[in-house]
Amino acid sequence: MKLEGKKRIWSEYQKEIADDHYFYVRSCIRQSFFPGSEQFFLHFLGDVLGKDIYENPSHTTCTGIGYHSDVVPLSTIMTVIARHYALMKEAGYKHIVISCVTSFGIYTEIFETWKHFPEELEKTREYLYKATGREFDLPESMTHTSDIIYKFRNEIADRAKYRLVNHETGEPLNVVEHIGCHYSKMFPKYGVGGAEFPNVLGGMIEAWGGNVVDYPERRHCCGFGFRQYLVQANRGYSLSNTAKKFSSMKPYKPDLVLTNCPGCTMFMDKWQYTIREMEGTVYGNNGESIPVLTYEELAGLVMGYNPWDLGLQYHMVQAEPLLKKLGIEYDPADKFKTKDGRQMPVPQNLINA
Amino acid sequence: MGDFGFTVLKERHINYDANDKSIAEYIAEREPSFRICIECGCCSATCTTGNFIRFSLRELQILLKRGENEIVREQIDRCMLCGKCILVCPRGVNTRNVILLAREAFRKSVENEI
Repeated sequence: MKLEGKKRIWSEYQKEIADDHYFYVRSCIRQSFFPGSEQFFLHFLGDVLGKDIYENPSHTTCTGIGYHSDVVPLSTIMTVIARHYALMKEAGYKHIVISCVTSFGIYTEIFETWKHFPEELEKTREYLYKATGREFDLPESMTHTSDIIYKFRNEIADRAKYRLVNHETGEPLNVVEHIGCHYSKMFPKYGVGGAEFPNVLGGMIEAWGGNVVDYPERRHCCGFGFRQYLVQANRGYSLSNTAKKFSSMKPYKPDLVLTNCPGCTMFMDKWQYTIREMEGTVYGNNGESIPVLTYEELAGLVMGYNPWDLGLQYHMVQAEPLLKKLGIEYDPADKFKTKDGRQMPVPQNLINA
Repeated sequence: MGDFGFTVLKERHINYDANDKSIAEYIAEREPSFRICIECGCCSATCTTGNFIRFSLRELQILLKRGENEIVREQIDRCMLCGKCILVCPRGVNTRNVILLAREAFRKSVENEI
């Protein structure tokens, strides 16, 4: 095997990821359903690595959900994105970091549209100026938050308190990595490893000691699809995708699913509950369901953060079996307590609890 | 079980590896022209039975080759063996013999002979 040639080819699949001075834009879904993820990301970059990361409170949704469900026209969403760039320009930043894969897809799609149709860019400048009096520059780099964690995966491994191994048997955990379709399937050059060899999550898992599971439907959609789930009667399409994917991974006995897209995390988590209620089917070992985590939650666990501070209790499928495998100590009594120690209502029928 | 107003849809994926192709193989061994069918549908277009009830030899040939035998098992006895399909087949497939062999194969499969 000629390693030099392989290295040269692989170098063509790499992506430039900015090293510092980030302008951060949040995700609608993530801050609602996995609030610990964005919290950890900002803490890790700002407090642990000492990087300059800035978020503007005037930042809004990218309107991607409306755009994909045909209620927001293209010219409107382009103007919304242009406003975010204007906020970035006003704050003096040039590297945008996008927390959501749907938004990331929107940003890349619009960036490419403006590149190929410069008249659309000029129209958008005009719309934004007329509506808000703002002007904007295009960013020097567009990065997804998972790219940043991928870039600093070895720094996380250096600070790791736990590795992705079963602490009783010493065997690496089987981790399924699921990459959101809008991360690199639409515009491969914006993803680490492109559409053919996306390594953004696999690289993290390997750096933290886990075993990446390769299974037949590895690159299949999670079933999120806005048009598939927004209308109740269509949700069978979404659910069937998820069922197909989980049936395919089940024989490989995964201990964990790791995703980089908020929609994938949400649906692969909650549809497991739905399928269990509908058919009684579970996909994990010993009659358990498979915990689905974001990369920040996993990074936080590896670094020894309290699982309840990372927000793991807000998932439908609870992570206790995984915590036991990793040998992470946790206090069940603290699970649903606020920061100041008050007891919150405890949800019923949690899975794996 | 919970009613959510939607369900997991039945898989339409054709699993060529897992499906049972023993019936198709039984026919092809004894009537090699079975293999050269191009699924043009002339047999179905001229079929008297298919004009009145659900019966399409073209469909049944495809299903047999996929190993999806259950629909074929249900419908194969509907053929009246008139032989018009042999006359119109552009590839010269002995379609009547295909039908007879399929019936024989299904009968033997029930008796565990194939």
